[in-house]
Amino acid sequence: MVFFALLIACWATISKLGVWDSTLFPSPFQVVKTFWNGIADRSLLIATGASLRRLLLGYVISLVIGVPLGVLLARQKWADETIGLLVLGLQTLPSVCWLPLALLWFGLSDTAILFVVIMGAWLTITTAIRDGVRNVPPVYLRAARTMGTKPLSLYLEVLLPAALPSLLTGAKLGWSFAWRSLMAGELLFVSIGLGHQMTMGRELGDMSQVITVMGVIIALGLLTDRLIFAPFEDQIRERWGLTAK
Amino acid sequence: MAGISICGVSKKFTGRNDAVQALENATLEIADGEFVVLVGPSGCGKSTLLNIVAGLDVADTGQVYEGNKPVKEPGRSRSVVFQDGALFPWLTAQKNVEFGLKQMGLNRKERAERAAHYLQLVHLTKFRESFLHELSGGMRQRVAIARALAMEPEVLLMDEPFSALDAQTREDLYVSLQEVWERTRKTILFVTHNVREAVVLADKVVLMGIRPGRIQTVFPIRLARPRHAEDVDVAKVAHQISMGLKESLALTRNEEYDEGWQPEGSGLLRPADSVLGDNI
Ligand SMILES: Nc1ncnc2c1ncn2[C@@H]1O[C@H](COP(=O)(O)OP(=O)(O)O)[C@@H](O)[C@H]1O
Ligand SMILES: [Mg+2]
Repeated sequence: MVFFALLIACWATISKLGVWDSTLFPSPFQVVKTFWNGIADRSLLIATGASLRRLLLGYVISLVIGVPLGVLLARQKWADETIGLLVLGLQTLPSVCWLPLALLWFGLSDTAILFVVIMGAWLTITTAIRDGVRNVPPVYLRAARTMGTKPLSLYLEVLLPAALPSLLTGAKLGWSFAWRSLMAGELLFVSIGLGHQMTMGRELGDMSQVITVMGVIIALGLLTDRLIFAPFEDQIRERWGLTAK
Repeated sequence: MAGISICGVSKKFTGRNDAVQALENATLEIADGEFVVLVGPSGCGKSTLLNIVAGLDVADTGQVYEGNKPVKEPGRSRSVVFQDGALFPWLTAQKNVEFGLKQMGLNRKERAERAAHYLQLVHLTKFRESFLHELSGGMRQRVAIARALAMEPEVLLMDEPFSALDAQTREDLYVSLQEVWERTRKTILFVTHNVREAVVLADKVVLMGIRPGRIQTVFPIRLARPRHAEDVDVAKVAHQISMGLKESLALTRNEEYDEGWQPEGSGLLRPADSVLGDNI
């Protein structure tokens, strides 16, 4: 807390000293003002809402594709040797590279951005899940089989819980990749959203707008980490006995 | 009832560039309610045999029968306790024991009651809600035994369940296991490379030779129970048996270490007490 207070104080002092022009280096007060304006005229809220909606939709679709596929790749050799290689290859491609293709296929639309988000996230999720499931000690499966576990339960009650730590890693990675892809997509073409707000800020020379949006993105990232991922992570650490004593 | 008949079982593992004949024509009868301990040097095919009895592995030739039913796949009537317990770290002790009961289709209440009963049998009632990392190695192994017993199997298969534990903990578990066995009279097939452990536990010690793994000698043990690892009689019998083991061990060493291996005085075998494995 103290650290951040100092940081903001430094920022305020530097902008007061007027080393750089205030349009290019706005003071904290300007940024806060822009933020309130954005809330008051709801433009920032609408943009955040639009971005989050795309993000969530894309993320959920990525999970729905990525988790079962990751499990399949880990369990079936033939799938790993075919689809697995494809996934590995496609993963080397930064997700923005899908944008031209998306624009040609879907035009300047929400679908195009959604496509980029999904392409950014599902590959990462698939790979993380695949590696996680592969590293599940085979003795768990053997033990489960001796207790008469049926194939479906074997997946749902043994393989997935055993791979939970890597599942979570995959989910987190997927989330951050989805964010990145979303911003890349939104920055590059016009459609309501946080990325669009930043582009507008740049075009209008409104630096405080740009910084405000950056702040919102950081805040959202921290919030999801703290409120959604961290509790899960703590619980898993506790169960597996990974907490520092 | 449910004794186990192992009839002429052979198993070969084909690796990348060689093949290992892990078992060759192994034949053994285990009577209903009998406590049989399979002992032999590491790599002689004990686990392979136990896995085949469990139904986790398939024999190349020969057949295992439970009573008069041929064993084809894992089944609830044969529970396995693995070396490291193979408990699930994402579940509490209680839920670990309940896992198999859930697969059996027992309802929540029945599961909870039965799991609690078997945890009590291994004296772990206080630790029901603990996760595995909160338990010591010996306690975990007791949870594993409770998990296997809770399935109320006909046969209990145990693959070196105590070999990762220290001597004191092991001694405690010898007592617990003998107590549990006296109470439940399950048929038990127990695998170990520790001769003294075998003598402490067994009605019948079965010595396995190596390469190709086959059953060499069967020693009935008629000492009074409960037995302890430090009993003089146990030590005597263990000594006799380890003489037999030493011969086959010498053969393994020659095979695995090429030339120049001298079993005597190597530190691995202490002739007088022959607590092979105790120092591991
Ligand atoms: N899955 C496997 N693949 C190849 N070789 C194996 C496999 N399992 C066991 N073996 C070999 O079979 C032999 C017997 O193994 P095992 O039954 O585990 O011995 P033990 O339990 O008596 O130490 C060993 O030489 C081992 O290397
Ligand atoms: Mg073994």
